[in-house]
Amino acid sequence: MSSSWSQLANLVAAVLFILALKGLSSPKSARNGNLLGAAGALLATVVLFFSGIKLSNLLLIIAAILVGSAIGGISARRVKMTQMPQLVALFNGVGGGAAALISVVEYLEAGAGEPVALAATVFTVVVGSISFSGSIVTFLKLQELMTSRPVIVPAGRFVTILVAAATLVAAVWLVAAPQTWLLVALLVLSLVLGILFVLPVGGADVPIVISLLNAFTGLSVAASGYVLGNVLLIIAGTLVGASGTLLTREMAKAMGRPITATLFGAFNGTTAGGSGTGDPDRPVRSASPNDVAIMLAYAAKVILVPGYGLAVAQAQGTLRELADLLTARGVEVDYAIHPVAGRMPGHMNVLLAEASVPYEQLKEMDEINPEFAMTDVVLVVGANDVVNPAARTDKSAPIYGMPILNVDQAQQVVFLKRSMRPGFAGIENEVLFDPKTTLLFGDAKDSLTKVVAALKAL
Amino acid sequence: MDGIALLTIFVLSIFVGLEVVSKVSTVLHTPLMSGANAIHGIVLLGGIIVTGSAEHPLEITLGVIAILLGSINLVGGFVVTDRMLEMFKPKRPAPTEKAGGSA
Repeated sequence: MSSSWSQLANLVAAVLFILALKGLSSPKSARNGNLLGAAGALLATVVLFFSGIKLSNLLLIIAAILVGSAIGGISARRVKMTQMPQLVALFNGVGGGAAALISVVEYLEAGAGEPVALAATVFTVVVGSISFSGSIVTFLKLQELMTSRPVIVPAGRFVTILVAAATLVAAVWLVAAPQTWLLVALLVLSLVLGILFVLPVGGADVPIVISLLNAFTGLSVAASGYVLGNVLLIIAGTLVGASGTLLTREMAKAMGRPITATLFGAFNGTTAGGSGTGDPDRPVRSASPNDVAIMLAYAAKVILVPGYGLAVAQAQGTLRELADLLTARGVEVDYAIHPVAGRMPGHMNVLLAEASVPYEQLKEMDEINPEFAMTDVVLVVGANDVVNPAARTDKSAPIYGMPILNVDQAQQVVFLKRSMRPGFAGIENEVLFDPKTTLLFGDAKDSLTKVVAALKAL
Repeated sequence: MDGIALLTIFVLSIFVGLEVVSKVSTVLHTPLMSGANAIHGIVLLGGIIVTGSAEHPLEITLGVIAILLGSINLVGGFVVTDRMLEMFKPKRPAPTEKAGGSA
């Protein structure tokens, strides 16, 4: 940061980051926005090497950048679109971990420094570590390497408060009397706190937490910028911290959940309830692919409700084929997209765009909800929680208050489901037992292929 | 740069950050989160700075890990966001095109 031209380059990079976020807020400019951000990052990184900072260990630095870029780039290229949310969570976590490590190294090199810088160091270590371990847990949940249900640790609330208090004490103590062992203790405590913080969060709340941890990482990067006296880190980190906080609020609103309920719900046991799979012998009506094909073919209006199960089965293309066949027979076909269909807001739009489903057929929830009452058949493919009326009626349900697609108002409802297993939120769906509901069990792609074949034979 | 100047930058950045994303549609929540996620990967610079002046092996090791993590965040973040947005490029309905969906 010695010469003014490198500072100028940093200013350009900062402006590019702002334009990137601005661009990402609107569909037309989103892709270019992202590229602007990448250009800004590249510019800032290259310029840093020529800005006259001390560069010992240059080979190691370059090697680490190359290896890291390869890991990040290749995993981002290779990941299946269905698994993209957990990859974003993972990327976010490692960013937080990097910020925490940087502050630790700076502390080891330069010593404690003045109290404000020390406080910034402490902040980076705590928030960065929480983001790191918390994101790893969300990754494990979404990857289904551990249960996606809320995990209630025995006396969890007590333990969490205890660890939080210990973290606070260590933080204050460290600022008052800087010692390296305290910094290590703080690091460990924060990592544990991050795990405890995310464990009780379950089901549909996970994306909100990823977004919040994203904002956390942003703030810890900003604080590390203060520690290092680097303006670009402060700007970029703060931009992400602020926009991420707003985005978290927006997401929570889209799902009809106050943020506090998301974060503290599990401690109060509200997201833990409603886990019952109910009576396994309750009667449901199941049908053959042929029956379903006939129902769809002779309907005037059909609404398709795609969910995560569709994406997992990679059946987007088959669903589109079904829609095309129905349209060709003169049936009016629309897709109803719940804001959190898939695993994250907007995830389903990405997945359907991948299958070349025309934009105009994708209807958002507020637009399509009044139409269900005038619809002959609703075909729900691999979705459950987003059509569960318990969100409207059952105050004890973890999804209570979430706006849902009103499929229960249609004349007939067809569910393509793998089994009677409840959805991500782990609660029973009453629509399944409704007399006007028909179930077709099996893998989504398999079932759809059979329905398509039956339709063609009609 | 003194503390007050840095604080000024911090506070102004908060307002800019809130302002730029104030009108985002639900469809773009995930790409926006992912893009913002990539931007904080710029923490990579911090890793380079501390490793460049590190002498003790422990400092170098931790610094190199930080660079590694930071560049995963930065490069992976931008690439995965681009992949998501690739899907949004305006394409006219192409009924002849073979249905996709096979990864």
